[in-house]
Amino acid sequence: MREFKLPDPGEGLLEAEIVSWKVKVGDQVAVNDILLEIETAKSLVELPSPFAGVVAEVLVAEGETVEVGTPIIRINDSVEILGETSEEPLVEHVGTTTVTGNVQDDLGEVPVATPDASGSMLVGYGAKAGSISRRPRRATGTVSVSGPATDQVHESYDTATPVSRHTDDVTPSSPLSASPSGEQLPQPGRPAREVESGRPPLAKPPVRRIARDLGIDLTQVPGSGPGGTITAEDVVTAAQGGRPSTGDRRVQLKGIRREMFRAMTASLNVPQATAFSEVDVTGTMELIENLRGRREFAGLRISPLLVFAKAACLAIARNPEINSSFDEATEEMVLHGDVNLGIAAATPRGLVVPNIKRAGRMNLLELAQSLNEMVAVAKQGRVQPGDLALGTFTITNVGVFGVDGGTPIMNPGEAAIMCLGTVRRKPWVMGTGEDERIEIRSVCTVSLTFDHRLVDGEMGSKFLADVATIMSDPGLSLLF
Amino acid sequence: MTEAADSIDFVQLLDQAGRRVEHQDFAYAGTDADIAARLRDMILARRIDSEATALQRKGELGLWPPMLGQEAAQIGSARASRMPDELIPSYREHGVAWCAGIDPIDLLSTFRGTSMACWPSRPKNFHLYSFVIGSQTLHAVGMAMGMQRDGLVGNEDPDANGAAVVYFGDGATSQGDVNEAFIFAASYAAPVVFFCQNNQYAISEPIALQSRIPLYRRAAGFGFPGVRVDGNDVLAVEAVTAWALDHARAGKGPVLVEAYTYRMGAHTTSDDPTKYRKAEEEAEWRAKDPIERVTTYLLNAGAIDQAWLDRVAVESEALAERLRAACVELPEPKLEDSWHQVYANTPDLLENQRTEYLAYQAAFEVN
Repeated sequence: MREFKLPDPGEGLLEAEIVSWKVKVGDQVAVNDILLEIETAKSLVELPSPFAGVVAEVLVAEGETVEVGTPIIRINDSVEILGETSEEPLVEHVGTTTVTGNVQDDLGEVPVATPDASGSMLVGYGAKAGSISRRPRRATGTVSVSGPATDQVHESYDTATPVSRHTDDVTPSSPLSASPSGEQLPQPGRPAREVESGRPPLAKPPVRRIARDLGIDLTQVPGSGPGGTITAEDVVTAAQGGRPSTGDRRVQLKGIRREMFRAMTASLNVPQATAFSEVDVTGTMELIENLRGRREFAGLRISPLLVFAKAACLAIARNPEINSSFDEATEEMVLHGDVNLGIAAATPRGLVVPNIKRAGRMNLLELAQSLNEMVAVAKQGRVQPGDLALGTFTITNVGVFGVDGGTPIMNPGEAAIMCLGTVRRKPWVMGTGEDERIEIRSVCTVSLTFDHRLVDGEMGSKFLADVATIMSDPGLSLLF
Repeated sequence: MTEAADSIDFVQLLDQAGRRVEHQDFAYAGTDADIAARLRDMILARRIDSEATALQRKGELGLWPPMLGQEAAQIGSARASRMPDELIPSYREHGVAWCAGIDPIDLLSTFRGTSMACWPSRPKNFHLYSFVIGSQTLHAVGMAMGMQRDGLVGNEDPDANGAAVVYFGDGATSQGDVNEAFIFAASYAAPVVFFCQNNQYAISEPIALQSRIPLYRRAAGFGFPGVRVDGNDVLAVEAVTAWALDHARAGKGPVLVEAYTYRMGAHTTSDDPTKYRKAEEEAEWRAKDPIERVTTYLLNAGAIDQAWLDRVAVESEALAERLRAACVELPEPKLEDSWHQVYANTPDLLENQRTEYLAYQAAFEVN
């Protein structure tokens, strides 16, 4: 009795599904007769019988998936006593004559490997040597030539009927033209440097890996390698926040810019909050028109900034914390007696914040004169260190750039900064009750960033509301 | 996808119906007795191949690359060679191995995993199977250049000359190694016959997708002759290879022979060709079977009879049985032998390593 264990028909496969049995119990099988069809992860294959004999037992049903090495069929080779399991080697010695292809001149007398009939016929199919049963040959045409002597095996591996099912319908590709087709070869010389837009970034796989690990988007990294390829260095530079060399200009931070960098970085140590207010400044615009017509203001540049600065000074009187600073040495809050009103000015050399000393004590005309003077000095780049020192509160007018507002960052050592947006004509709801209507008014957004350690939300909001009140109705400044 | 039959321009001396065909440049020099000997070779080689395939399916071999359908290309080319020619195979040259006198049992041991180097290459000048695609072409050119330097090329006495025959497939022609080998062989006029068995598929990739021109025409670009031969016609293969070998042995440089054939089986036993080619294509090629046409010719010529065929059948069946029996008895590899495969005189370092490993192994024995 022989047991056939499921072999690994591929490379390293672990299991297979029994698709169909080609034999049943009681069938006579010869060596290499197909026993069954199995399907593995790779293909559908037929398994030939290693033994000759009668099928005694089919151990696995169709449709079952079994592991490699599982016994799947028992074949009675009628040599041993039925039921006795065999632990002997698969095949005992079969005496043969060594046959190789060296012999080629003895056509008439072909050496034949013959089984040694004298012995070693104890087990296995050795006993059947020379009398292997073969299927009858098919007669085709005048000269019948079927697969010589090996029909059974050939039938199982030939291509007459596909061994497996077609998993999909293969569409043959059409043959290419047999004549060489001359594509233009690349021109010699350096390729164009610039990276075309829409083209995927050029980078070797290891560089892509580095970029992925560092979370860098390669399309945002300029390449400095040959042909604009991105090097590992480029990626590392980009990851460190630096700008790689290609196309970039490096500017040493000096003077004002360096001061801005230092001051703004220092300012980030302060917990800051920002409040916004959108204000109908039509009244302010009317006031400006009035002032422009007055003789004492002749030759002075009058802008909403003037009224805004005055409003800030007035509101500070009611909200002194806005005009304060913190003395770290004594841990004391210093409420300044004067308003040294800083005005953020964009100059060709960068941002400077000169301040108008004692602005809180100035009337509107004095304030206008100081503002004009300061702007002229700043534009000429002649701001003196004394103009920059001792500021207590700052106004920044981003409205001149046409923007609506922003969240300004405080000048270090001050408690607040106010930002004036651009004045726009906008629809605005006027009146109340039945009188409620929409009118086109001059509107602007003001915002206040304050040091939340010194100024709480209520103080900041009240100050901003006071400024807004004066801006919307300058006449109410009489109340302050 | 293969080229349409009528577009094939190749050397053919025996058509698929078993009729001899004249060719202006090539003729088969042998007798009908020689042809019968080739038939016997092809039948036995096919039997070795099919038995090995069956052994793999029974779990006795890890893998087998069947050569079913390529018998004429292998037998014809191998029979055209003689000592001191060097035969450098890839991994499917079971028919060439047979002709070189390699015991087919030795072929099995690599695929059973019991040996890395299964036969000494020197006695028969048949070298080890090469599983790295195309690498053996470079080895062959090197051997051929060595033969030049050993005075085995271009002698007055043709019998004193030799050449290298290197086997590779259509897919290998896409490898850099093969192209480099072409260049070196052409530059040094090395005595190499590049024998390409174009079996139409690089595993599943059809050759038409890899080359815009027939492969044999590539040789012209490298500066040596290329010939396409019907790879299923053993007479034509032998005649063309014999001419190519004479050309190379005489010192005229390399030749590319493209044997236009078809792998009727799978790439290896792990492959399923029905997933990438159609039954009609296989049927078309089965009609061109290299064995059937020779059998038909010899029977019609009266050179063999059914009794002859029966004798070969018995012989091949006995050979198959011997393979079946010997395969399972191939000796298990021993660890201690692993150090003696590379150096003629094992260096001390390796000898020490061997001693340590064996001591380590002995530490595990539970008896």
